[in-house]
Amino acid sequence: MTGERKITSRAASAELLKRTGFNMTDESDKAMTDHIVSAFDADLKQLGDKLAEMGGLCEKLVAESVDALLRRDTALARRVIDWDRSIDRLQQEIEERAVNTIARRAPVAVDLREVVAALRIANDLERIGDLAKNIAKRVVALEGQFQPPKLAGGVAHISDLTLGQLKDVLDAYTRRDEERAMEVWNRDGEIDALYNSLFRELLTYMMEDPRNIGFCAHLLFCAKNIERIGDHATNVAETVYYLVHGVPLTEERPKADLTSTTTLNF
Amino acid sequence: MTSTDMARTSAVPQSPSAPARPASSANAFVGAGNKEKISVRGLKFYYGDSLALKGVDLPIYERKVTAFIGPSGCGKSTLLRVLNRMYDLYPKQRAEGQALLDGVDILSPKLDLNLLRSRVGMVFQKPTPFPMSIYDNIAFGVRLYETISKSELDGRVEAALRRAALWNEVKDKLDASGLSLSGGQQQRLCIARSIAVRPEVILLDEPCSALDPISTAKIEELIDELKADYTIAIVTHNMQQASRTSEYTAFMYLGELIEFGETQQIFMSPHDRRTQDYITGRFG
Amino acid sequence: MSLMEPHAHSADHPLYRRRRRKSAIMMTLSLAAALFGIAWLVAILATLLFKGVGGLSLAAFTENTPPPGSEGGLLNAIVGSLIMTAIGVAIGTPVGILAGTYMAEYGKHNRLSTVVRFINDILLSAPSIVVGLFVYEVVVVKMGHFSGIAGALALAIIVVPVVVRTTEDMLNLVPHQLREAASALGLPRSTVIQRIAYKAAQAGIITGVLLAIARVSGETAPLLFTALNNQFWSSNLNAPMASLPVVIFQFALSPYTDWQQLAWTGALIVTFAVLALSIAARILAARSGK
Repeated sequence: MTGERKITSRAASAELLKRTGFNMTDESDKAMTDHIVSAFDADLKQLGDKLAEMGGLCEKLVAESVDALLRRDTALARRVIDWDRSIDRLQQEIEERAVNTIARRAPVAVDLREVVAALRIANDLERIGDLAKNIAKRVVALEGQFQPPKLAGGVAHISDLTLGQLKDVLDAYTRRDEERAMEVWNRDGEIDALYNSLFRELLTYMMEDPRNIGFCAHLLFCAKNIERIGDHATNVAETVYYLVHGVPLTEERPKADLTSTTTLNF
Repeated sequence: MTSTDMARTSAVPQSPSAPARPASSANAFVGAGNKEKISVRGLKFYYGDSLALKGVDLPIYERKVTAFIGPSGCGKSTLLRVLNRMYDLYPKQRAEGQALLDGVDILSPKLDLNLLRSRVGMVFQKPTPFPMSIYDNIAFGVRLYETISKSELDGRVEAALRRAALWNEVKDKLDASGLSLSGGQQQRLCIARSIAVRPEVILLDEPCSALDPISTAKIEELIDELKADYTIAIVTHNMQQASRTSEYTAFMYLGELIEFGETQQIFMSPHDRRTQDYITGRFG
Repeated sequence: MSLMEPHAHSADHPLYRRRRRKSAIMMTLSLAAALFGIAWLVAILATLLFKGVGGLSLAAFTENTPPPGSEGGLLNAIVGSLIMTAIGVAIGTPVGILAGTYMAEYGKHNRLSTVVRFINDILLSAPSIVVGLFVYEVVVVKMGHFSGIAGALALAIIVVPVVVRTTEDMLNLVPHQLREAASALGLPRSTVIQRIAYKAAQAGIITGVLLAIARVSGETAPLLFTALNNQFWSSNLNAPMASLPVVIFQFALSPYTDWQQLAWTGALIVTFAVLALSIAARILAARSGK
């Protein structure tokens, strides 16, 4: 976590805008006025509503899949696998609506960003749903295997953090609160760090007792999935930034997932 | 976001109380590196006593397309008509401030109007072919400025018609009346007529508003080709058209320039609330 | 809603029946009025043909007006009419076009134009006998005798307001965008008017001139006081000159049947000449409308 890289983008862009002669007014904080064509507003609202529904479902799915893993509840895991289908359906529906809106209303500026953001976020949420489903599948696969409960402790921690991230970023989207989105974006390093230590820990368990290997390997994938969910949450955060500012976030995200270069010597 | 990102864009102060930005600094930010063909500075325009342009500063870059958008009566056509002194035809219309064409003030009373208009051509909303043959429509302007042989003139007519993508459609009926062409063809004839006298700047005042989508597409394609050689300013009510054809866009409202910037920036992330409301269809 | 009761949108509703009835009555009245007007016109033409065709022979065009009781034609009257009309139009047209151009192009809203337009309108509707009296006073009295040139001048005065009016109207009909487009090419004002505006208004202006010719070729009153008449062949502009309308006027009132016959023939010739001109003007106007 690098403090000086943390950007408070709002202040920075306001400063830049001032330098270029443009005064950012408080007006831009107010809610948008309505379109002359009210059906356009209705379209955008429906898109937002669908996305909110999908976000809520995703949060639930991730929470339940981790729950199933920690409690070794295969019945719940199977339900999670089923639920993922409705997420896929929602994503298709959002995509259809978005493409329709582009084709028929030719949105520009904030409206276009609205639609593009919906497309991108729906995509991220669909991936999140897939990752949760993958965790649930592993729970089903692990049924009846040797499972020392202490091993799952780290996973519980990382999933708590990730769920918080997901919830925050979806809130940030609904409120178009780019500051809050940037907090999520900056916090992802913590998840990465946690995943690093979990990785080392699980490798150690596997070396200690080869009987742990099967279970730990699955657990490692589950942890990786959760870490990936965190990455998707930061994607959503970047989309929120783009939605509010109209320019993509060009800053490199602080990456703290070092596991691709981590090895343990036997 | 980096400072260079922002430097490419600029907007005009929102309220009159905000310190006025010197014209030169606007140009330093937007489109830096391009040559200013026309520099409009502090331009005010009056129809009788009513003020139609309230002090406009903006650059028109060489060999680029600059689009002017804004609601009806915002002064965009007025601005265009200043650039070739079209308003001189009417008494009681007058302009103040500066509009420099290659550094020479267009508004100077000493300026030779006919010479100015030969350098700054204009195409209007309604196609306006002259009541004469297609050939003469083109040759007319050329003969006015140059004494050239018949064969040379033929070449000029053909070149202009080819340039305007009309040659293949009319080459077998050059003697037919210009009025016998379809609306889209007439408009391309008018563009050819402008090109034939070899102007440097072409002003297009809503050139497609009377045309069907196919003719519109042909004109837009033409604009795209012409910008290699000409500086083009286009007024349009069709925002899609502005975003398709131009490199720079100026949004005007109530006689003021609200925002000037690269077209992509204006249409993706306008800085001014009023620009955004207008282009997204929220204007009350 | 019962199917039996006429709905407001149904054709059987009393409101619509009343309207249809009113419409039918108005249409019948209009048709009757139109037929009434046309009937008289047809009657006039028929009478002219019936009474005039009998005298229509080669002699009518090749021999001069005869003394009573002898054979003759209308040659001197036709030629006199042609000469005076030609001169009148030749004088009146350029003056009218230039004045109309000034009012439409240069002095559109200034005081002079307004005054000229007003006076022109008065002149347009002034009785032609007043014009005849005016030329009599100014030319004939000064010269001491009637003359062809005085007749031509009187006709010119009648031509001017017609041409002024049509020229101004036709130039005003030329879309200002066309003038702007021409100016935008860098054409000076005079070129824009001569090469573009005139060209666009051409057919309309020519129509105006044709109508003016039609009008003056039937005028009798202004010629009575100026060119008077001449029994004999004369192309001398400084002497009294015969003209068809005056000959018709004189011969028709005479007690001699052969003169009366010639009057009918002359009337037929004038009427059909005017008709031909009007039709030509119509065709031109229709063509310019395209």
